Amino acid sequence: MFMYKIGVIGDKDSILGFKALGISVFPTADYREAHKTVLKLAKDNYAVIFVTEQLAKDMDETFDTFKDQLTPALIMIPNNRGTLGLGIQGVKQSVEKAIGADILFGKEGR
Amino acid sequence: MAILRVNPTRMELTRLKKRLKTAQRGHKLLKDKQDELMKKFIELVKKNKELRENVEKELTQAFKDFLIARAVMSSEVLEEAIMYPTQRISLELGTKNIMSVNSPIFKLVKQSSEDNAATMYPYGFASTSGELDSAIFSLQGVVEKLIELAQVEKTCQLMANEIEKTRRRVNALEYVMIPQLVETVKYITMKLDENERGNRVRLMKVKDMVQGQ
Repeated sequence: MFMYKIGVIGDKDSILGFKALGISVFPTADYREAHKTVLKLAKDNYAVIFVTEQLAKDMDETFDTFKDQLTPALIMIPNNRGTLGLGIQGVKQSVEKAIGADILFGKEGR
Repeated sequence: MAILRVNPTRMELTRLKKRLKTAQRGHKLLKDKQDELMKKFIELVKKNKELRENVEKELTQAFKDFLIARAVMSSEVLEEAIMYPTQRISLELGTKNIMSVNSPIFKLVKQSSEDNAATMYPYGFASTSGELDSAIFSLQGVVEKLIELAQVEKTCQLMANEIEKTRRRVNALEYVMIPQLVETVKYITMKLDENERGNRVRLMKVKDMVQGQ
């Protein structure tokens, strides 16, 4: 069966550990460069691309591009300075989009 | 509600009635689809939330471990140590069809680059610290969950899109198409009836005139 790859994009300090596990890492601190990397990886049979939230916060466009495609799945992960809450925000957004109101996080929001 | 611009003929009436029937049937089917999608989505998104919270916690912990490992070793030694991994992680991609939404199924495949690789650690233990070992061990544990999260989250996004699309269609049918068609059918029926009555009156008048002579 055809094999797809996994990639991680983020600041070097956070993601270097993934390399030891045999996952391709693409260290960068610049979101424009990360954007280009994502586009490149998307063509190169990467099925899942993890992006740190620190980079992802400026990459809305990139995320929207791949939102309705099967692959690659762009997934936000926290970096070594902890989470910005963007990943959960993304879940919240899809709930709002689908249902029209936020029913999962009702207690916390508003 | 505005009516469609059509000729009030019997043929048009039959055509519109047929369209109305199709629209109603389509509306019912779409509505059922929407309900089912919603049910599945809510189930999935709850799982997504839990999974994400878990993964974020674990990953943050793993990163912390790694940070400590980085702190006690020089970065050159560390980079050298993990430069050539002994295993490769790749994915098998399957698809599952949930209510016409094609969602991905990721399966993790680990391949060792050497057949007799003793450990998952790609370095000798002489020049590295114990912290690095534990950091990599905890990362290893998170990866599997990360992949599951990726699968669930992607499915959620795709389903959210599909639900939005379906909802638009249902609403368009329910609030625009169907009322328009109903209205137009009514208009044509009225018009035809009116013509019929007009015709009858004319005939009666003509009959009177003929009898009067």
